Amino acid sequence: MATAAARDTAGGRASDAPADDTADFQRAFDAAVAADERIEPRDWMPDAYRATLVRQIAQHAHSEIIGMQPEANWITRAPSLRRKAILMAKVQDEAGHGLYLYSAAETLGTSRDELLDKLHSGRQKYSSIFNYPTLTWADVGAIGWLVDGAAITNQVPLCRCSYGPYARAMVRVCKEESFHQRQGYELLLALSRGTPEQHAMAQDAVDRWWWPSLMMFGPPDDESQHSAQSMAWKIKRHSNDELRRRFVDICVPQAESLGLTLPDPDLKWNEERGQHDFGAIDWTEFRDVLKGNGPCNEERLTRRRRAHEEGAWVREAAAAHAAKHRNSETGAARA
Amino acid sequence: MTTTPAKDTAHTAAALALGDDALVLSHRLGEWAGHAPVLEEELALANIALDLLGQARVLLSAAGDEDELAYLREERAFRNLQLVEQPNGDFAHTIARQLYFSAYQHLLYGELAAGDGPFAPLAGKAVKETAYHRDHAEQWTLRLGDGTDESHARMQRAVDALWRYTGEMFQPVEGVDVDPSGLETAWLERVSEVLRRATVTVPDGPRTGAWTAGAGRQGLHTESFGRMLAEMQHLHRSHPGATW
Repeated sequence: MATAAARDTAGGRASDAPADDTADFQRAFDAAVAADERIEPRDWMPDAYRATLVRQIAQHAHSEIIGMQPEANWITRAPSLRRKAILMAKVQDEAGHGLYLYSAAETLGTSRDELLDKLHSGRQKYSSIFNYPTLTWADVGAIGWLVDGAAITNQVPLCRCSYGPYARAMVRVCKEESFHQRQGYELLLALSRGTPEQHAMAQDAVDRWWWPSLMMFGPPDDESQHSAQSMAWKIKRHSNDELRRRFVDICVPQAESLGLTLPDPDLKWNEERGQHDFGAIDWTEFRDVLKGNGPCNEERLTRRRRAHEEGAWVREAAAAHAAKHRNSETGAARA
Repeated sequence: MTTTPAKDTAHTAAALALGDDALVLSHRLGEWAGHAPVLEEELALANIALDLLGQARVLLSAAGDEDELAYLREERAFRNLQLVEQPNGDFAHTIARQLYFSAYQHLLYGELAAGDGPFAPLAGKAVKETAYHRDHAEQWTLRLGDGTDESHARMQRAVDALWRYTGEMFQPVEGVDVDPSGLETAWLERVSEVLRRATVTVPDGPRTGAWTAGAGRQGLHTESFGRMLAEMQHLHRSHPGATW
């Protein structure tokens, strides 16, 4: 929470306020951030802080929505009813996460419609990981274990993010994500201990998802354009490389318990640093996927646009019905 | 490979019929994931699909092994209504299918829950879920029917197209101790009232006595159903004996 004086401006922006007041507001904001207080929607905040949060939260929401696709791809083919129920519940949770996150973004003065429009027109991005295809059932497990695992490593620190609505959304999201991650691990374990064909399917999936999962932490620290500012604002708490190393250290023993290998010949424990060393990430591939040239970029966005366009008449019907209903109620009240 | 239920009793037959309804409709709703017209409907449709899948698992487990029954029976051994296997079509078709089926299921489970038969415990839980499903379908029927000209036309088309699959719900099912004609009267009253409020004309085509009546319950299905099963079963069948 920032100071009462700043809060009284009720969303006033730097450009609206006299110059000396802006300096006061900035000082109050900086002090609140320094004291680890939460910034709330009605507090004054720098325009760039607001814009960064809108971008990050929107991208996060978009990732939940696009991220439904690779997993929904297997709902109709899940090999047991128990697994089918788990997968349906997970995809449903993801839609719910998207809703929390769009709501959090809306507290910053944007709207879900506006953000979806930016997603559909390619002006806002989603996580590059969802541009990879789910080719076998084991991919559902690899996504749970590795992709959700990487997401949690990224998101747990966001529960302490300086912006209150985002931090609170993350608390709820992380609880469900960690459940998904355990389910993914358990799915892979069942495959790994199953028939030779199932074991091979699990290994193949881990081989394909390992490197893209490491890319989820973003570019290396020396190339990350937003990092320093985000860390100063306490939106971000740890650097990309720091979180990536933490993730590798978590995964190595888990892969051993799974009886699966990680596809990196350079991966080994470094006694001196007390961490794992690992091989070089293919940043060319990362940049290609980000630019739209990944295996599924085109399909993912096309499918999302199509769902939106084909649903337009339904949304229009709901709005028309609500308007009629409102009018008739008003009429009844008058009569 | 074809799997048949272990015990061929009236109870097993009934559990299969009701379980297959829930299983097949759940699968159809699962096909909507990632395609819904608005995010809230991604949640709602998945939610209903999950409830139905939960019902299916209890019912199929009462008849045998749930996975063997779901994944290793062929088309002619499935006992679901033809209504629930109908393709999703547009959102209005999905809603009309939900309206017809959830109104039926709510009435059926209400009666089963009130009785002391073997399905009473399941029905007691499921009747609460089906009340929610019915409300969801009815609200959307009203919005689409009494929305825009386009949505009205689509809702009417959907209601008309699926009407001929509704008679089958009121054929007697072996092992289900409910009076079908009483269900049918209550169903017609409820559905007609919703359609009327939605400004949709109640179809006057055949419902009972049509060629479809009772066919699904006897293992005679429509053409799209085999393809649905091919997709649903292929992975399980590709790994005989594996556990997942």
